[in-house]
Amino acid sequence: MIKGMLIGSLIFLTLSILAIMYRLVKGPTASDRVQALDALGINIISGVAIFSVLIRSTGFFEVILLIGILSFIGTIAFARYLERGVVIERKHPK
Amino acid sequence: MKEPNDIIIRSVAKVAVVIIFTFAINLFISGHHYPGGGFIGGLAFASAVILLFLTFDIETVRKNIPLDFKMVAAIGVLIAVLTGLGSLLFDVPFLSQAFGYFYLPIFGKTELATAVLFDIGVALAVIGTALTIIMSIGDDR
Repeated sequence: MIKGMLIGSLIFLTLSILAIMYRLVKGPTASDRVQALDALGINIISGVAIFSVLIRSTGFFEVILLIGILSFIGTIAFARYLERGVVIERKHPK
Repeated sequence: MKEPNDIIIRSVAKVAVVIIFTFAINLFISGHHYPGGGFIGGLAFASAVILLFLTFDIETVRKNIPLDFKMVAAIGVLIAVLTGLGSLLFDVPFLSQAFGYFYLPIFGKTELATAVLFDIGVALAVIGTALTIIMSIGDDR
């Protein structure tokens, strides 16, 4: 029962990732693509979490944390680039 | 052009950087028996410094962390090679390792391995290389 539910949710997550990939490739503006990348990271985290529940292992928790950190930093870098046109500033304007 | 206002990212980054540093050290320590190790620990450490670079500017971070990262990479490779050469002193093959169990005051019975010294070298090399690349290609001059 639980196993069927978990596999079903993995299938739905795969469909969601496919829809996000459509937005990532097609997306009219760069902001759409950045948001699609952020949502893609969250979907991958959910997939890894459900998979680790499915095989009853705790070995993937570091993977979840690491994907979360990298997705966070990537989203911040893209947002900084879209807003200011530069990722890392030399000197902050005061 | 109006003044940029990034109070939210500064407030979040001050907390998140501490968490990422702790996680990087945890990854580094757990590397002998569990997933982790010098390479991925160094990458997580470098990602925390990159978050600092994104939040504040290069000048501020360089003033507070006065390290030449090319030198860090070189020292890391030197440590790794020297720990490999150290095994030759005991008449065993290159890069051999040893471990033993010791009784430490707080931790109790602890396993100490010489592979940790090699891992420190790997971590320093990865940190230095990653940050040198980021600072070279992130320069907008």
